[in-house]
This record gives sequence, C-alpha cells and structure tokens, in this order.
Amino acid sequence: MPTFLELTHISKRFGGVQALADVDLTLESGEVHCLVGENGSGKSTLIKIISGVQPPEAGGKIIIESREYSHLNPVESTRAGIQVIYQDLSLFPNLTVAENIGVGQHLGGFHSVDWNAIRATAKRAMERIGVNLDLDVKVEDLSIANRQLVAICRAMAADAKLVIMDEPTASLTRHEVDALLALVRELKKKGICIVFVSHRLDEVLEVAERVTVLRDGKKVGTYDAKEMNDHKLAVLMTGKEFHYDLAAIDLSARKTVLSTRHLSRKGDYKDISFDLREGEILGITGLLGSGRTELALSLFGMNPPDGGEIHLNGKRLALTSNREAIDNGIAYVSEDRLTLGLVLEQPIASNTIVTILDKLKGFMGLIPQAARQSTVDRWVKDLSIKVSNTNNPVKTLSGGNQQRVVLAKWMATAPRVLILDSPTVGVDISAKDGIYEIVRGLAAKGVAVILISDEIPEVLYHSHRILIMRNGRITGEFEAHKSSEDVLRVAVNA
Amino acid sequence: MSNAPHPPRGPDAALMSLIGSLTGDVTNRRLAILLVALVAVFGLIIGEGFFTKATVQSMAFQLPELGILSLAMMITLISGGLNLSIISTANLCALAMAYIMTKMLPGTEGFAFVGWQIVAIAVGLLIASIIGLVNGFIIAYLGVSPILTTLGTMTMVKGIGIGMTRGNVISGLPDSIVFLGNGTVLGIPTAMLVFAVVTIPMAIALGRTPFGAATYMIGSNEKATQFSGIDTKRVILRIYVISSLLAAVAGLVMMARFNSANASYAESYLLVTILAAVLGGVDPMGGFGKIAGVILSLVILQVISSAFNLLNFSQFLTLAIWGAILVGVTAVPNIRKRLGLID
Amino acid sequence: MPENFARFRRSHEFWLLSVILILVVGLSVMTEGFLTLQNLFDLLTSYAFLGILASGLLVVLISGGIDISFTATASIAQYITMLLANKYGLNWFIVFAMASVVGIALGAINAVLIDRLNISSIIVSIATLNIFYGLLVFITGGKYIYSLPPWFSHGIYWFEYVDADEISYGINLQILALAVMFTLTWLILNRTNIGRQIYALGGNREAAQRLGFNVFRLNILVYCYMGLTAGVASLIQAQLAQSVAPTVLVGKELDVLAAVVLGGASLAGGVGTVFGTILGLTLLAVMQNGLILLGVSSYYSQFFVGLVILLSVSATALSARRKRKGVMTE
Repeated sequence: MPTFLELTHISKRFGGVQALADVDLTLESGEVHCLVGENGSGKSTLIKIISGVQPPEAGGKIIIESREYSHLNPVESTRAGIQVIYQDLSLFPNLTVAENIGVGQHLGGFHSVDWNAIRATAKRAMERIGVNLDLDVKVEDLSIANRQLVAICRAMAADAKLVIMDEPTASLTRHEVDALLALVRELKKKGICIVFVSHRLDEVLEVAERVTVLRDGKKVGTYDAKEMNDHKLAVLMTGKEFHYDLAAIDLSARKTVLSTRHLSRKGDYKDISFDLREGEILGITGLLGSGRTELALSLFGMNPPDGGEIHLNGKRLALTSNREAIDNGIAYVSEDRLTLGLVLEQPIASNTIVTILDKLKGFMGLIPQAARQSTVDRWVKDLSIKVSNTNNPVKTLSGGNQQRVVLAKWMATAPRVLILDSPTVGVDISAKDGIYEIVRGLAAKGVAVILISDEIPEVLYHSHRILIMRNGRITGEFEAHKSSEDVLRVAVNA
Repeated sequence: MSNAPHPPRGPDAALMSLIGSLTGDVTNRRLAILLVALVAVFGLIIGEGFFTKATVQSMAFQLPELGILSLAMMITLISGGLNLSIISTANLCALAMAYIMTKMLPGTEGFAFVGWQIVAIAVGLLIASIIGLVNGFIIAYLGVSPILTTLGTMTMVKGIGIGMTRGNVISGLPDSIVFLGNGTVLGIPTAMLVFAVVTIPMAIALGRTPFGAATYMIGSNEKATQFSGIDTKRVILRIYVISSLLAAVAGLVMMARFNSANASYAESYLLVTILAAVLGGVDPMGGFGKIAGVILSLVILQVISSAFNLLNFSQFLTLAIWGAILVGVTAVPNIRKRLGLID
Repeated sequence: MPENFARFRRSHEFWLLSVILILVVGLSVMTEGFLTLQNLFDLLTSYAFLGILASGLLVVLISGGIDISFTATASIAQYITMLLANKYGLNWFIVFAMASVVGIALGAINAVLIDRLNISSIIVSIATLNIFYGLLVFITGGKYIYSLPPWFSHGIYWFEYVDADEISYGINLQILALAVMFTLTWLILNRTNIGRQIYALGGNREAAQRLGFNVFRLNILVYCYMGLTAGVASLIQAQLAQSVAPTVLVGKELDVLAAVVLGGASLAGGVGTVFGTILGLTLLAVMQNGLILLGVSSYYSQFFVGLVILLSVSATALSARRKRKGVMTE
C-alpha cells in the first residue's frame, strides 16, 4: 500500500514537559491504524501536530504524499486531506444534517447560501459511504450513533484521505459499534486511511492492521494488530503487568443488605430481582441501553420505579430523592464524571464534602473551618489523591485522581451500599488499578458494592458475582470464579 | 494555602487577617491596589478636602443603597442566575412600608408608634418573600431561565407599585425612619450600620454554611450538585427569597434617605449592581464571587463618585469611568495572558 | 406538508402564535377599536423602534453573545446625526448613512473588546453601556435637541390613503424601516453563508473554530449589525418623537431583550428566528394595546404585561417538561 503520511523525528515540549520525544510514524492509504497510550502519553499532541494545530520542534519532518513540510497549519492539513473527528464530534446541534455536512465546504466570503449545493455536497458524502440520513433533521434530534455518521460524512465531504477518530466507540451500543466498524471497512476499501485513538481496543482491534503504542511521549513500537490483545497492549502502554485472580469467596453466611423484588419501570427495566450481601461486589454488565444505569438511578432514589420493591436491611424502601437514599447509606458514582460526578470548576475540597455538608454543620449551623479542612485532608490522604492544594479546581487533577475525589465524597457518607457506574471510564490503566484496590478495600470492610460496567474484564475480575442485563431484564447470573471473559461475552451479546 | 502553619498572633493579628482576607485572592489584591492608587491620585488632585470627615461620611451615607442592592444581585449571580426584579421589589416594599407608616402612625405614641413601624417593616419583608418565592418557584421548579422570570416579575411588581399609587410619591415618614437614612451613631451613618448588619450574616451564610457551599456548587453545575444529594431546587428557592429580602432592606434604606417612596426610584441602579458585583470578582456565569471583593468594588465605585463630585464633574462622567474600570479590571489578566506574562 | 406542520406544532412559535391569536380574537370581539386600520397602523409605528432593535439583538443572541449597550449606541447615533443635520442640512440618505456608521463604529468597539480581550459579552456591554451613555450625557450636558430639520420632521408618507373619517394611512418612515430591517435580518440569517455561520457559532463555538470559521470576523459582523440597527432605530425614533433626548432611550434595553427572548431566542446561543422575534414583539404590543382598549387603567398595564410574560414562559416550560417526562435526566 502507498504511504500517505510519514512523520520522522517529531518532538514537542510544553514548558518543562516533554510531550513527544523523537516519534516516527507512517500511515498507509487504506489501512486502519490504532494509536494507543495512556493519558499524557502524547497521543493528543501527535494528533495536533498532524492536524496542524501545533507545530513540531525543529528537526521533525512531515511528509504527506511525498510532499515535505516542517510543520502544517490547519488549512494545509485539511487541504492535504486530513480530517480529525474529535470525541465530542464538533457538530452544530442547532443545524440540520445537510448543513453540518456541507457547512465547511461553503465558508468563503459573504455570499448567498446555495442550499442546493449544500444538499448536493451532503448527499454525495452520504452516498460515498452508503449512509442514508434525513438531510433536514436537526442534529440535536439524532442518536449519538447517527451524529457520528454525520461527523464522518463531513470528513468525507472534505475529501478526506486520512480520518483520525478520537475515542469513536465510547458512547455507542454494541450494535452501533458493529455498524461503525462495517463503515470503516468500507472506507478502507476506498483507500482512505483511518486512525483510531482509543482507550478501549477490543472492538477496534477487529478491523485494525497495525497498532502504534505511545508511552510518556515516546513510541514503544508499531505492531501487527493480529498479534495483539487487550492484555498485551496494556502491558506495552503501562510497562507494568496487571494480574487479577478469580478467587472464590464464600459469602453465603453474610447478611443480605439490599434486595429488589420484581422491580420495574416502564421503558427502562422490568422484573429485576436480586440480593446483595455485605462485603459482596456484584457486577452488572450489559450493552449500552440495557437499562443498567436506569436501574442504578432507581436504587439511588432518582428514577422512581413503578412496580416491585426495594428492601434495605429487611426494611422496605420507597425513595423519593437521592438525599433519602444517601441517608439510608446508598451512594452512587455516576458514569458521567465530568458533568454529573463532579463540579469541575469548584475546588477539590468543596467537591469532597458536598455530600456531607449537613453532617459537618456545627454551632449555629456553621461549618467549622478546622473540621472542614481536616475532613478533606483525611480523605485526600486515605485515598492517596495527588493534590498540591485542595483549593484548586478539581478539573486540574488527572482523570484517575478526579475519580478518587468522587469516591472520597461518597465514602465520606459512610455508605453501606455503593453503586459504581462505569467507574473507570477515561481513567488510565494504572490508575484503574488504584480504584479497584479502593473498591476491594471497601468490600473487605463490609460495604456492599454494585459494579456496573460494559467492560467485561472489569466486572469479571473485580466482582464476586455477575448479572447480565439485556433490554431491561436480567438474563443471566454467573459466579466470577466459575466464569470467563468468553462466557460473559457470549451471554452479553446473545 | 490550605494549611498555613501558624497564623501571626498579637495585636497585629486582627489587622493582618483582615488584610489577608481582602487581599487573599488575586481579584481582591488587584482591586485593593486599584483602590489605593485611586485614593492616592484623588488625594493629590483634590488635596486635603478629599480626606475630611465630611467627605468620608458622605461616602458612607451613599454606599449602602447600592451596596445592599448589589448583594441582592450578587447572590443570584453566584448561583448562575440573576435577579432583574430587585429594584422594583425594593420600591414596592418601600411603598408598602411607607403607606402603613404614613397612614397608621400619625397620632400614635409609645407602644403603638413603635408597633406600627415594626408592622410596616414586617409587611415589607413579607411582600419581598412572596416575590422571592414566585421567582424561585418559577426558576427552580418550572425551569424557566432566571433572566426571563425576573424580567417578568420586575415588570409585574413595578406595575403593582404604579397601579396602587398611580405613580405618585408617598412621603412624610416618621423621624425615626428618616434617622435610619440620614442619622449617625457615633459618627457612623445609620445606613452604614444597616449595611453591616445585612452584610455580615450574608458573608457568613455564603462562606460558612451548607447553604453557601451549595450556592457556589449550583452556580458551576446544578446537575452534578443535585447528584451529590443536595436539594438544589430548594436552595435556589431560598437564594431568590434572600435576594428579595435584601432588596426590601435596600428599599427601606432608600425610603429613609429620600424620606419618600415611589414605584420607579433608582431604576438606573439595576445594571450598576451587576457592574459592581462583576467588578468585585463575581463570575457572571456563576460559581464564583466573594463578599469582600464586592465590598472593595463598592468602595472603589464610591470613591470615584465622591471624588468626581468634589471636582464638580458630572455624575455621568462617573458612570463612564465606572464602565471603563470594569473593562480595565477584567481585561488585565487577559492582556497579560496575551503578552505571555502568565501561561 | 403534514410533516412540516407537525414540526411547527411542536415549536415555540406555534405556542406564541396561538396565544396571540387568542388575544387578537378576544380583543376584536370585546373592543371596537382593536381591529381597525388606524389602530394597527399606530401599533406598527410605535413599536418599530423596539422591533428594529430586536432584530439586531436577535442576531447577537443567535451568535451566543449578548449586547445591552445598544440603547446608548442609539442615543449617540441619534444625537450626532441630528446635530450635524441641523448644522449642514443633510438629506435622508446621508442621515441614515451617518447614524449607521456611528452605530457600526460603536458596535465594533464591543466586538473588539469581546473577541480580542476575551471578556464575556455581558460584562463588555454593561461596561460600554455606561461608558457610551455617561460620555454622551457628560459631553452634551443632557441637552435636548428640539428643532429638527423640517424635511426630517415632516417624514415620509408613501401610498397615502385617506379614509372616510379623513384619517390618512400609508407607509411611513417607521413602518418602512421596520419592514426593511426585519427583511434584511431574515435575509442575512437564512439566505447568506454568514448567517448560517452565525447560527453555527452560537450552536458550538469550539467546533466553529476547529472548522476554520473566522470567529473574529463573525463577531465584528454581529456586533456591528447590532450597531447598525441601533443607528437606524434611533433615527426613526427621533422622527416619531420630533426631538432628540440623550436620556430617554437608555433603560429600554430590557424591553427589547424581553421581546427577543419571548420570541424563543436562547441566551445560550444558536436558537432564534426572525418570525419568533416578530411574534414576541407582537405579543407585547397587542397586550399593551389591548389593555388600553379594554379600558384598564394605564397605571396597571405594566402589571398585566409582567403577568402575561410570567404565565407564558411558565406555560412553555411546563409543556416542555411534559414532553421530556419519562426521560431519565428529569
């Protein structure tokens, strides 16, 4: 295959941080290439250099279709056929599909809109990849998967020869991922090079030819995708081995803390019955849209069920707010850390104590400053959160440390039931390990944990028992130590 | 720093901690420098006249009205909203208080005289609470944008005031009330004392209570705050009630100073309260802002206004300078960033 | 077009239109004066000022910004233009060109401060409102201009028609300017690539930057257009009032904002239509007019206006809530 893009000796330094050190990369036309690495490994800097947002340091060379550049600017990069589809997709929710696809091709000076031309551009782009969407629907009314198609069509409209997709599968259901991968194969046939940038690789490896791994700004190597798997990649990305055992623990003597009987909510889930024991970690997995998050919210008092019962320590619960759930010892770590889990702009300290403000209240309803600070300091220390100053905004922390703050604020409520909804999304592999350790520690102290995740290894290796959810129902139950990734995968996709 | 090892002790400690609290964050430090510079410049131009007791006292007479109204605006801004109905609320409450005082008071003495004044003020606060509840309910529970809601209540409340008085002024208040606006206690204007009486609990409420903590969190991200177990709707409701009550107190002070009440007094203050709050470091998008900063900002605005008055400049020039100061102060960090002084 | 109608029925405009129709039908039945040519003519003439400003503010809101300095801009444009018109005896074309240039220049100041210094538009426009207004009144001493050039005072009257009661109607300056500005705004927003870019910018600023939009140019355009509308509005207001007063316009900025936001424009940007704005303005106009015709004391008219604003926004919010019901996030 002809080489489309070649990078040699690319380095980039920001202040005192070496973001990229002497990285080489070749991308061929018609290949699917995965670019993997942990946060801070230099992935995004590399993309910025390819898309012309940042220049590399002197000495670096960028060769696109045998034309050499010392650096690119965004216009040159686009003109050369490079398109980046960011994770947020960069679409205009208030405009129609046609406009979103065509707008970039019809910028220019002040002129009248040629609606026919825009529609024609959009149609052509959709035809090229065999997609069919209503041109007049506003993008805000589309599903995430369809929005992604719009973003891909926009790249097609710009005559892309290289499409870089940043975390394209993050919020897609399995079915949608399959459709996306089929589309990628289609692009490949047309000689387009696709680069996947991703944390989650199992699906992407199915279509990729090569994988390039970055660690700490250096290239670890480029590998044949057929020889790779999740585990090998994790080792290459982190330089560490992670090994988890599936040990059988007998929990039958423990007291049941939480149980549901025939819990239902129309449109969300149906006939959910399970028991959760003290110190048990119960994994719940299933595809996006299987009703797992809705169920979790119901247990947390934020999505009242319309049938069935919830019992906590043998007493029937009828929760009307999450405050009631918290007061009953139920805590919920949201899957959406950035918009629901934390108030990113506010200080680490405020985020840590937000769940226990009323408990901290002392004389005349005031929060004693010493008690406030000592509570914060204790959690920062207990969970080894790396902070320079607890008054800094929580958004200044890394993903892993942010998630520790989330755990801290819920542990501060002294929960008896902790519901974790995809707790390691956007967290590095090495930082994930720290979070699992905290969760195991909690379980060892008797906290009952529900671990919801769509990453099968995560639920398998870190739960005692696993429930499979599909279309709002529980369709299977497995003991972790008697199960395997393949068994669960089959059960989930059945 | 979160845990300074040993705070300084001794006689200077109190002063140090006051300076510390005023200059602790960057915004306040910038404002403090600006204030010192302004005082120095005006001192040089105007001379001793600028530092007389009369000048300082007149500043202290004028600051509380705008000050209390700015606090009423500030608390809603911090929560990510805003309250355009503060002036009309202040006026309607003042009208109600003035009405009771002028209708019921004459001829009464002693207990009844005091009693009717208390009733009048209570009625004013009650009206304010109702307006605050309406605002808070529509914003928090119906999810209407604060700007539209309070624009509606602003118009409606002013309409009630105009309708009931036919646009007339109610004047002739008892001396005790006039004293509130124009008297002094130990040389300190009574209005200033009223300002202090509302500011201190407000500073404590924002800085030291669960309510205050929730207010800041809501201002940055209401949904995430709600997911943390805080009844955000109730907090928002309280914020608008407090804002309204502060407006009522401002109405009382204005009424006392002018010895009269009217449905359309002080309307030009509305946007100035936003100006004062934002200059004081309140983020118009919500989540940030401290009382100390707003007080510094109010003092700066008042110093400019008083100095220009002494220099016989038009009050409209004062307005222009206020606007320029706002742009200047908010632009400084951005200009420095552009010049690469901070990254 | 059943599908388009279904889409329209769900829209904010449909709600507004229904409320207005109910009001119009009610007023036509209950009063004699409402549905007369003269009343509608007067309404258009007196609301032209707010309407023209609303069309400018709409563009600003769609782009994701806000401007409240436009009343000060209008005051300055009006004052300078009329001062010079008195002195040099200009003509229609030149006075409108002059007022527009002043408005555009002041709008450019806003745009530069917002874009280059990266300060939020609400802060900038509060500041410039004070600066523009303060300097105007300071420099002019707040003096009114009572005598305007005779040709200006006389105004224009096209297609004049006199009815049986000898009352004349026609296209006057106000109605003409209102129609021109609404049409122009609609054309810019819906028929030019720049207009679509303004929607896109308000919908997702970051994406617009990534796609290579010239955001600075768009900002300049948006705030200068607001300035242009302020300039035009200021002249037709002066013509109607037959005088120029530097202090009467400032304070009306919130009325304009109310009309635009009632019309469905969002302060978050990206949303709003000229049709919606016209409806928002019509609602306010019909209501105020109706109250007078119904013989409600003019002292209470503000009360009812506020009440209707509150009721209509609450009703809209409630209906939106019902639609969302069952969705997890609520």
